[in-house]
Amino acid sequence: MRYLFRTHYQQDITLFRHNGDRFWYGLLVLLVLVAPAILGEFYIGELGAVFIFAIAGVGLMLLVGYTGLISLGHAAFLGIGAYVNAVLLAKGVPFLVTLPLAGLSTALCGAAIGRPTLRMSGLYLAIATLAFGSIVGTVFQKWTAVTGGFDGFAVPTPTIFGYPIEGATGIYYVSLLVLVFVLWVSANLLRSPTGRAMVAIRDSEVSAQSMGIHLARYKTLVFAVSAGMTGLAGGLFAHYVRYLAPDAFDVLLSVQFVTIVFVGGLGSLRGAILGAMFVRLLPQLIAIVRDDLPFGIGRLPGLEPSLFGLVLVFVILFQPGGLNGMWLKMKQWFRAFPFKRQTSFRRQKSYARSERLR
Amino acid sequence: MILFQAQDISVRFGGIRAVDSVSFDVRQGEVFSIIGPNGAGKTTIFNLISRIYTPTSGKLIFEDKEITTTPAWQIAGLGIARTFQNIELFPNATLLQNLLIGRHCHSRVGVISELVFLPSVRKAELRHREKVEDVIAFLGLQRYRDSLIANLPYGVRKVVELGRALCIEPKLLLLDEPSSGLNVDETEGMGFWIEDIKKDLGITIIMVEHDMSLVNQVSDRVMALNYGKVLAMGTPHEVQTHPEVIKAYLGGEVAA
Repeated sequence: MRYLFRTHYQQDITLFRHNGDRFWYGLLVLLVLVAPAILGEFYIGELGAVFIFAIAGVGLMLLVGYTGLISLGHAAFLGIGAYVNAVLLAKGVPFLVTLPLAGLSTALCGAAIGRPTLRMSGLYLAIATLAFGSIVGTVFQKWTAVTGGFDGFAVPTPTIFGYPIEGATGIYYVSLLVLVFVLWVSANLLRSPTGRAMVAIRDSEVSAQSMGIHLARYKTLVFAVSAGMTGLAGGLFAHYVRYLAPDAFDVLLSVQFVTIVFVGGLGSLRGAILGAMFVRLLPQLIAIVRDDLPFGIGRLPGLEPSLFGLVLVFVILFQPGGLNGMWLKMKQWFRAFPFKRQTSFRRQKSYARSERLR
Repeated sequence: MILFQAQDISVRFGGIRAVDSVSFDVRQGEVFSIIGPNGAGKTTIFNLISRIYTPTSGKLIFEDKEITTTPAWQIAGLGIARTFQNIELFPNATLLQNLLIGRHCHSRVGVISELVFLPSVRKAELRHREKVEDVIAFLGLQRYRDSLIANLPYGVRKVVELGRALCIEPKLLLLDEPSSGLNVDETEGMGFWIEDIKKDLGITIIMVEHDMSLVNQVSDRVMALNYGKVLAMGTPHEVQTHPEVIKAYLGGEVAA
């Protein structure tokens, strides 16, 4: 067991609490860096998609898991980022400009949607963001001059300093870089006054206000940051799918994002990554075992969405901490090894405020 | 010197006059208690001062500045902190984080510098932590520093809420029933802390309280309310022997 003996406040602020953390995260980064040399093109593509979804997942986690605001419109933000990036690229703007612009313009859209929905929470906010999502989806379909409508258009290959970013491996590395950046920025935000203000808003608005937290300002800010990160993911998503069409950004995608956050575990950045792995890899797993399932279950239509739904229900019922909660329990089990107690794994019935409808 | 003044404040919810032309002054450095039966309008007065409600008429003056229309989130920055009757902590955060949120009104760093965690943000964080540790030491909360609020017993949470209010470094502290839900020992401890806060930190306190022994122990002046109106004001003894107050609590006519 490891006991942390703290001698300086600095130790509460650092991103990695001790050398063990540094070692394991360093090893993880190393593994992910050399993965393209080991795994095949297909798996690298899928892993890249996990990164992209994790970026959006981290963005949504800040909103749902830390601030307690729900959004069923994040597919629209992903779409806005994707279209801004792809359209500008097609006009000849360099990739190093279009990708940040995709994030920034989506952040502005997020602030614009965040502002009028400030007074809403729970179901009402869910409905408002759902409506926003379907409006944006319609815009993608009808604004044919820019988006090409239902026909869509092929996304140009990006170049950085003249080097084309081709194939799954190129996008894989760019996505990894953006993911690390987004994680770093989020962790910084969470250890700053703004991060604490977010948690305060989630847990008690009235008391947050009497602590001097300007609710409207922070809610708009978080909406903007969350949307901006999703927009960055969108810019990368355009290169992952290579051909942009409006039907990619429907409500089901928004629900997938929410699944990432809930299955991953509310209120944890690690949860967003684990959730993204789950959401991207489960369909692949189904595809692999599909043909071996008895009684033709594998050929039933709608197997994938129903499995997602089932898992979501089970997670909310039996594991409110999500995959992150399972991870923490596992770590605790090993740490305490022969002294496991029944009570330490008893299901906690306390829910974070964001899981309740107010 | 008068720190806070309520001039003829009223608030109406529909047909109900929750607070009806109430006026009082609070002097620098005193403990001013508000007592009264349930529904007398005590907590409503707190909600008016912390600007959760807006008075229908009347004025609120703090340090010679009118705060009747100041937005609620600016109140803490002016130096007015409060606790809540039913504890409004942030249950899914640690004690340390809860107290740090109390430092929010003193934070001056921009969002962009927070996103990249500039050295200035780090320095500000360390400074806030030092202040918070002072409060933790003052209230003896060291052993709970890293516990989630949700896992703490009620009595401790009550103290944490007091600590969070102290982290604001207020000039005026509003305590809404600091002893509610506490046992006799804990109430006594709360009384000592209130005295310490007044004497050592020099913070002026307005307190809503039902426990008369606590009121007697710490108050300099007491105001009794009923149905939103002031019944009596004066020293604890004067107010408790006031015939109107006895009538409001016990009902019926008072034997002369």
